[in-house]
Amino acid sequence: MKKSVRPLLPNQERAFALLFWLAVWQIAALVIGQKILLVTPLEALRCFLAMLPQPAFWARVIFSTLRILAGFGLAVLGAFLLAALARSHRMLAALIELPLQAIKATPVASFIILALLWVSSRQLSVLISFFMALPILYSAVQTGLDAADPALLEMAQVFRMGLCARIRAIWLPGLLPAFRRGCSVALGICWKSGIAAEVIGLPGGSMGEALYRAKITLSTAEVFAWSIAIVLLSAVLERLFMALLAAAEQHIVGIKEESQC
Amino acid sequence: MLKVEHLAKRFGEKQLFEDLSFACRGGLILRAPSGWGKTTLMRILMGLETADAGSVSGAGRMCPLFQEDRLIPHLDAVQNVQIVCGDLAAQKITAELAAVGLGAKECCLPAARLSGGQKRRAALIRALLAPGDLVLLDEPFTGLDEASAALAAKAIHKHCAGRTALAAVHDPLGIQLLGWPVLNLTNPAPLP
Repeated sequence: MKKSVRPLLPNQERAFALLFWLAVWQIAALVIGQKILLVTPLEALRCFLAMLPQPAFWARVIFSTLRILAGFGLAVLGAFLLAALARSHRMLAALIELPLQAIKATPVASFIILALLWVSSRQLSVLISFFMALPILYSAVQTGLDAADPALLEMAQVFRMGLCARIRAIWLPGLLPAFRRGCSVALGICWKSGIAAEVIGLPGGSMGEALYRAKITLSTAEVFAWSIAIVLLSAVLERLFMALLAAAEQHIVGIKEESQC
Repeated sequence: MLKVEHLAKRFGEKQLFEDLSFACRGGLILRAPSGWGKTTLMRILMGLETADAGSVSGAGRMCPLFQEDRLIPHLDAVQNVQIVCGDLAAQKITAELAAVGLGAKECCLPAARLSGGQKRRAALIRALLAPGDLVLLDEPFTGLDEASAALAAKAIHKHCAGRTALAAVHDPLGIQLLGWPVLNLTNPAPLP
């Protein structure tokens, strides 16, 4: 008799994939046998756990996180402002979109080096995160605004609905799904580009500087440990932001579930 | 009083109507064959389309029932009414929705989950309870069975009393239920 194979659940699949690649990493590190080139996952984890109780680690985390999130926050504001301006006139839209496309196409390293001429290295990650997230968020806001139902907008116009009611009931439900997707991508880009900016600009007390110092002192375990910290921070903050956004969406838009009846 | 004078509208090669004039105080049914341009006329009255010629006066603030229901899908029937009626109490809205056959259970479902007939009745109550001088009803009985249509007609009579109301209706039952004067748009009577 043929036995049917029960498919794995997505979480189990993910756990299996993680274990598989950790095993590959472990084997590769053991085969190479040189800690300068590749440490084992356990050594990287041990180094990461050793950093956790150190106040200097948290000072660097706060330094980088605040700047990267500031860049992201400014990009959100900028995206809404530019999208509103672009909607007001076709010519303005063309004026706005051209530099945003140029930013998108420019390699982040060129941007970082250029930006170092304009701002101090301490503010570099704010500027780079801002510029890298802005085109993504601008596109997301525009896509979201396009998703607002024109029939409902006409209805609101004829009934003379107030601006707040229009925003809450028609614009936001169209806008939020695209904005959420844009934020998820933009937050990841902010972390990557922000840390890259710190690695190049070397502002004192940043995570990027620590990563660079670990590299030049050939502390490979520390390079991995800082990378783990960055990945974890990025993932945790993205989840937190998405949860806050979902809660705000529920509160502002008031989407009803059948169970609420 | 709503006054439509010498209105004309053309879409490309197709002339929908030309030199259309009529006046309306109280309820009036607009009747015309399919494709004549009743919905376009309604849209001109609502200010959503511009006429090629002619004028509309005395329209004031409008309470429309569109050909499509145009309910906000994630809001329930009561919220859909409330959002255009400002401070109208939920209890009053629920009672009006019940009068057209929408029970408490349906009233608190998101509009997207309502059936076609339920959506139509919710959209009708929204138009009837909205503050305004001119009620515009584009095919108010679409998707309603005879009993529901009778309830809807009763609600229309109640809320249109003392207001100007135009209804584009094509089926004989709807015309009979409303019992308003009928303006045959293919051959309108001259302005009084």
